[in-house]
Amino acid sequence: MAKRPASNVTLTNRKWAIGYSIAGGILFAIYQFLLPWDGLPDGIYRAVYQWMPPAAVNESLVYVLMALGLNIVVGYAGLLDLGYVAFWAIGGYCAGWFMSEFFYFLNVHFFGSVGLERPGIHINFWMVLIIGGFVCALFGVLIGAPTLRLKSDYLALVTLGFGEIIPQVFFNGENFFGFNISNGTKGIVVVDPIPVGVKNLGPFDFGWKLLVFLLLTAVMVFVSLRLRKGRLGRAWLAIREDELAASMMGVPLMRTKLASYAVGAFSGGLGGVAFATHVNGVYAERFNFAISIFLLAMVVLGGMGNVWGVILGAFVLSWVNGTGLVAFGKTFNTQFGTNIDFASFTFLLFGLVLILMMLYKREGLLPESRLKLVLNEDELDTDSEAKKAKK
Amino acid sequence: MSNVIEAKEVSVAFGGLLAVNAVDFNIPERSVVSLIGPNGAGKTTFFNVLTGLYKPSAGSIQYNDRDITDLPPHKIASIGIARTFQNIRLFGLMTAQENLLVAMHSRLKSGITSTILRTPKQRREELAAEAKAQEILDFVGIGKWTYEFARNLSYGDQRRLEVARALALEPKVLLLDEPTAGMNPQESQVFVDFVRRLVKERDLSIMLIEHDMKVVMSVSERITVLDQGEKIAEGTPDQIKNNPRVVEAYLGKAKE
Repeated sequence: MAKRPASNVTLTNRKWAIGYSIAGGILFAIYQFLLPWDGLPDGIYRAVYQWMPPAAVNESLVYVLMALGLNIVVGYAGLLDLGYVAFWAIGGYCAGWFMSEFFYFLNVHFFGSVGLERPGIHINFWMVLIIGGFVCALFGVLIGAPTLRLKSDYLALVTLGFGEIIPQVFFNGENFFGFNISNGTKGIVVVDPIPVGVKNLGPFDFGWKLLVFLLLTAVMVFVSLRLRKGRLGRAWLAIREDELAASMMGVPLMRTKLASYAVGAFSGGLGGVAFATHVNGVYAERFNFAISIFLLAMVVLGGMGNVWGVILGAFVLSWVNGTGLVAFGKTFNTQFGTNIDFASFTFLLFGLVLILMMLYKREGLLPESRLKLVLNEDELDTDSEAKKAKK
Repeated sequence: MSNVIEAKEVSVAFGGLLAVNAVDFNIPERSVVSLIGPNGAGKTTFFNVLTGLYKPSAGSIQYNDRDITDLPPHKIASIGIARTFQNIRLFGLMTAQENLLVAMHSRLKSGITSTILRTPKQRREELAAEAKAQEILDFVGIGKWTYEFARNLSYGDQRRLEVARALALEPKVLLLDEPTAGMNPQESQVFVDFVRRLVKERDLSIMLIEHDMKVVMSVSERITVLDQGEKIAEGTPDQIKNNPRVVEAYLGKAKE
């Protein structure tokens, strides 16, 4: 008789929260207190800055946020989305619009973090987060409504289209039917700092911002795990397993898929706002197609459907992309006196990783427990078949 | 006795091919009716029309005096018409319990926020749903496999789980598409008893597509025969057994 799976017990819910807080607390302590400490040996200080600079950790966390959102669409509901960067862009511009001097002819302040004399719209960061999330969710539904009737490959193609269109609109947004919505290629520079009560977190408060991003990520993990176990999560899984059977069992396909788009896009919006505060501005050229693929690679590499796998995948890939490869190249070049531009091999490396993963570890680094079951069984099957063939 | 489902002159065309041609079909309340016919006669197509998967090119379908011809499949399922599939279509990577809970989707109320916050109401609802799922699993006799993945169950248990999943919709009508395919005679006999139990204890009307004549003859109150999309006979098992057109459709015409 099969036992009740442990994941249904509430205790394990608390377990992850404790583990997460400890890991997050250590990270925070390192970057907030240990690095600025005068007694720290110079070697360690330089090693950390070369291999794991504070900015890289924060950026990784933003990628984690995005990847978690994409995981709901791709991993939970099984809908291939190649245009996820669109939500990142929309979230980013929400921050640009509501937290800067972009609308210089207005003077709106709402618990903002800058002086009342500054022009533009200055809404509190935490509220902009929510606004960005909801605006993205709305766009998720708007994009999803016409496209979700399509199946697999066709859906992927249309999402790819939207993933191109929306960033292009912002890229050329200096004159959008007569309105300037994005400053075009110049971008919206200087986004308001994050108010956390006692102080405002500017561009160089990496440690405290790390804490803010950790908190946002924790919220998304929590939401992902809770939704997964509820009525909606089951319906998503059922659609991933067998769409037709799901509709025959009373699951409204459109509404359920739209819900996954909306929740995924909401997380994308959080990521967009967070990224804008991380780089202290919104730049249209940052939102390109490669990001969508990059995020998808994180979800696939880490393990579709498993939040911990996705977090790992996002961390590893964004680290390799932003820091790891460059740092490795520098060390390698000084060691052997060569002059190889390692950073230019990023895509070669990613391509290689994806191919190898598909060949040898299709379920990802930390697979979802359900999928592990299938892949192990398949191995058993081929083993027994091979044995039979030998006989 | 009134009819739960009344299909009137239903036709389904795939391009030029008329898969179902002006078929009238009723399912009386609390009865077992069967649809038989040679392969390719249009039986499963007719099933798919009743459950909303295909839209009929002509004709209409009434369910308890309500026109359901144009309703989408999930609506039809949630108002009380459940089905199983010819080739089992369970959610393989979900547990038996989850399979049933998915079918309860339309009956459950909790939304995104209440699930995230896990409100007392949502927890109560989930617990009640789980209890009900267990009751149904016990009813079909696979109560010990609640937390087992559907794909790990034996073939017979998967068939039972499909019926259990359909029952979780709390249907008034249950459509079974070749439920005894792949069963041996003993298992088929068990199944016949099970169908009778369903009608008696669950207050169901059942429509059956079946190739096993022994099962069909022993369980059905009325049999309808389709051949090449057309209804060629309808009646009690005895009438059907002796109908020359039915014999012809199944075995071919005797040489003159």
